[in-house]
Amino acid sequence: MIVQGLAFYLFAFIAVAAAVMVISARNPVHSVLFLILTFFNAAALFVLMGAEFLAMILIVVYVGAVAVMFLFVVMMLDINFAELRQGFLQYLPIGGLVGLVLLAELLIILGGWTFAPEAAMGGSAPAPAPETVSNTDALGQLIYTHYFYLFQASGLVLLIAMIGAIVLTHRRRPGVRRQNIGDQLRRHPDESVEVRKVETGRGI
Amino acid sequence: MVEVGLSHYLTVGAIIFAIGIFGIFLNRKNVIIILMSIELILLAVNINLVAFSMELNDLVGQVFAMFVLTVAAAEAAIGLAILVVYFRNRGTIAVEDINLMKG
Repeated sequence: MIVQGLAFYLFAFIAVAAAVMVISARNPVHSVLFLILTFFNAAALFVLMGAEFLAMILIVVYVGAVAVMFLFVVMMLDINFAELRQGFLQYLPIGGLVGLVLLAELLIILGGWTFAPEAAMGGSAPAPAPETVSNTDALGQLIYTHYFYLFQASGLVLLIAMIGAIVLTHRRRPGVRRQNIGDQLRRHPDESVEVRKVETGRGI
Repeated sequence: MVEVGLSHYLTVGAIIFAIGIFGIFLNRKNVIIILMSIELILLAVNINLVAFSMELNDLVGQVFAMFVLTVAAAEAAIGLAILVVYFRNRGTIAVEDINLMKG
């Protein structure tokens, strides 16, 4: 129990500290790296909560795909980031005020709520004991039965996001030679082969 | 203090959520940091969903967290694609310069 508590405080502290660094780092590349650190520690918190599958998905999707994509864009665009940081201190008071008010509200809610009596009776999909069925197994049995249409819809969301990203960033450059199969098939021996008389020793 | 329960995880989620909102206010000019702040906010939401899933012993929270993750990934892809196209056209990503559609 003590080990669990210590692990929780370690991961939570690093996650929060890294999240602060994400928004305050001078260099956006450092921001992305701190974002990765935040995701790793959040994944560790997920493992502590018993959601192993989601923890691994978080690492695969966020660290493996989203963060690397951020890194690509930050490094690919030639931006003067020092210029973008002007006015940082100007927005600090109002931003800090809004953030603190929001945090205070959330913590007040946390301190003053109780479960509804219906909630404690068990939800629509009670989690099986982890000794018998693993978390991944249980999630799979739920996703591929009750939530199958939602699962398919989330796949469609990803497909549309992929098509959208390709359509947005694709551009036709002039002067690029492409294979045109129609042109190739339309060629005829009469117009592509020419017979010439070449005199001996002289070339064309 | 050592006994870690639902309220601890919810507190972490609330703090990360507030940091995300704070980041949007703080980096008003840099779209990339704003997108990262949105990712932080969605991460806080996921922490909340999984914490309640653990507390209520209900797997639906984890299923929903997975869908939130999907949407977050799609949103990041589209957002960065728009950013790249915008940078190609205007040569800057400052938020104040994004005013072509003001009419």
